[in-house]
Amino acid sequence: MLDSLDKCIIKKLQEDIPIVEEPYGLLAAELGIEEDELITRIKSYHESGILKRIAAVIYHRQAGFKANAMVVWKVPEASVEEAGNYMGSLSEVSHCYERKICENWEYNLFTMIHGKDKEQCENIIENISNKIGIKDYKILYSTREFKKSSMKYFK
Amino acid sequence: MDRIDKKLLTLIQEGIPIDKKPFEKLAKELFITESEVIDRIHKLKKDGYIRRMGGIFNSHKLGFKSTLCAMKVPQNRIDEVAKLLNSYEEITHNYLREDSYNMWFTVITYSESNLFKLIDEIKFKTGIKDVIDLPSLKLFKVKVALNVGGD
Repeated sequence: MLDSLDKCIIKKLQEDIPIVEEPYGLLAAELGIEEDELITRIKSYHESGILKRIAAVIYHRQAGFKANAMVVWKVPEASVEEAGNYMGSLSEVSHCYERKICENWEYNLFTMIHGKDKEQCENIIENISNKIGIKDYKILYSTREFKKSSMKYFK
Repeated sequence: MDRIDKKLLTLIQEGIPIDKKPFEKLAKELFITESEVIDRIHKLKKDGYIRRMGGIFNSHKLGFKSTLCAMKVPQNRIDEVAKLLNSYEEITHNYLREDSYNMWFTVITYSESNLFKLIDEIKFKTGIKDVIDLPSLKLFKVKVALNVGGD
């Protein structure tokens, strides 16, 4: 169970960490605890899996990935596992999920594909389609980004 | 960005060490000094390559529930509806996409009942009933880092 200090620490880590020689030392001072205790606790979050990593989140477009296509695929139940694993193995695919379908939406596999431009994305998508033998798919390019933020779990 | 920046950007997306001097370890891998790593990260932030550098948590392990929703928003109401959705801190991503379901957003909150409540509230406030809720059943991949090159 997380105690109140854990929640304070997570709150801090949700923000930007200081880019200095000893960032955890600085954070510990702000929290009024010892650096060693902070590091021990952060390591424990990492070990239990609640913290995936301390890392940079980049702006994809800025870093040269101009075309980001969300592709949705209608894959028969029996083939989902194989198709999902195959798509997941490709370096151009950043996300691959099976999602629940509903009356108005029958596409069950969702992938995010990144390329330098639309043409590159579409080549990748066509290759996937041929490989997994699924022709029923849609490419949903994003035309506007309204919001992209990180969740704040504790406030 | 030069070759070292690109390598650094790929490395720091994968994660920095949870260690007293995390940048010293990165410096060794890149064969540059610790202070150069720090300077370069500051510059990458300033130049708009890095959105945030901090903890990335597993929402599921923290007990939170999330989903992806899509709704059919009439062309003349796009800005107004986007503004409403963006005002929810539980909605972390929101995009306009080329489909009859044109507004796609993610919702993340502390319980499933609150998730449903929030979606119902959006339907009520906008008067748009056609909202689909597509929770994930299985995760095949979430890629940690996009390789920006440099190696």
